Amino acid sequence: MPRPLPRVPPADPGARRDRAGGRRTRRIARHDPPVSIALRFAACPDRIRAALRQVRRHLAAQGLSDDRLGMVELALAEALNNIAEHAYGGQDEGPVSLLACHDGDGLRVVLRDRGRALPGNRLPDGTLPTLDTPSHALPEGGFGWFLIRDLADRVDYARAGGTNRLILQFSAR
Amino acid sequence: MNLHSTYHDTVNLIAVDDARIDSAVALRFKDDMRSLTEQGPDHIVLDLSRVTFVDSSGLGAIVASMKQLGPGKRLDLAGLTPDVAKVFRLTRMDTVFTIHPHASAVAPRAAG
Repeated sequence: MPRPLPRVPPADPGARRDRAGGRRTRRIARHDPPVSIALRFAACPDRIRAALRQVRRHLAAQGLSDDRLGMVELALAEALNNIAEHAYGGQDEGPVSLLACHDGDGLRVVLRDRGRALPGNRLPDGTLPTLDTPSHALPEGGFGWFLIRDLADRVDYARAGGTNRLILQFSAR
Repeated sequence: MNLHSTYHDTVNLIAVDDARIDSAVALRFKDDMRSLTEQGPDHIVLDLSRVTFVDSSGLGAIVASMKQLGPGKRLDLAGLTPDVAKVFRLTRMDTVFTIHPHASAVAPRAAG
């Protein structure tokens, strides 16, 4: 007898509702921060660029320094590129939702996608590829998780109901 | 992708006229670098002074641009802006490339 399908909550009801306004503070689900910006977009390079620009502009308006803005933008770019290239395999431009909240304690960003899970359902170690090699063998990739782990103060990942949830936290400094 | 190559005596100076080298343009960047470095001086200097953002895809494309050079050619970097310098520092790629503060140090007649 086939097992009943698990009940899957909508990927991101808040993100859709919040697209117009976005500044109201309200909890959408247990794991979500009070939303200060919510975006939903396709996981492809051009949309990722546009989303990063929007997040940066929003955080700049909240008074984050250029240095912090650069760190956050790079960490988010790496996380979103991973979703496009690995979770969705670079072909199916599936949806990503991004919720970010900035307050006195720092910045918390929640990314959700419905692509493949991370291998072993866990965060990669993110070790830096070795550069101790002849130049023709230098690595051209494999830096993404290293950068995410280095730039964010805390990274959490969970897989539930066919959804990947990645939480990046940056402390206020 | 807007890359401009000018020859200054022994240097092929390639200026990037875009603010970003990221996953949206990484492949194109690598291909354009190949065609701009096939001819001309063996010493290539990539002027990144107008680039404000490089992600790991862009970094990989810069490394690939160096690896695809013909024998006897070398690629240096110049004019790294703060966030770009940070990516190179964090990944230790700043130990792989010779990095000049300004393109004018290697190509004195370069404008800007």
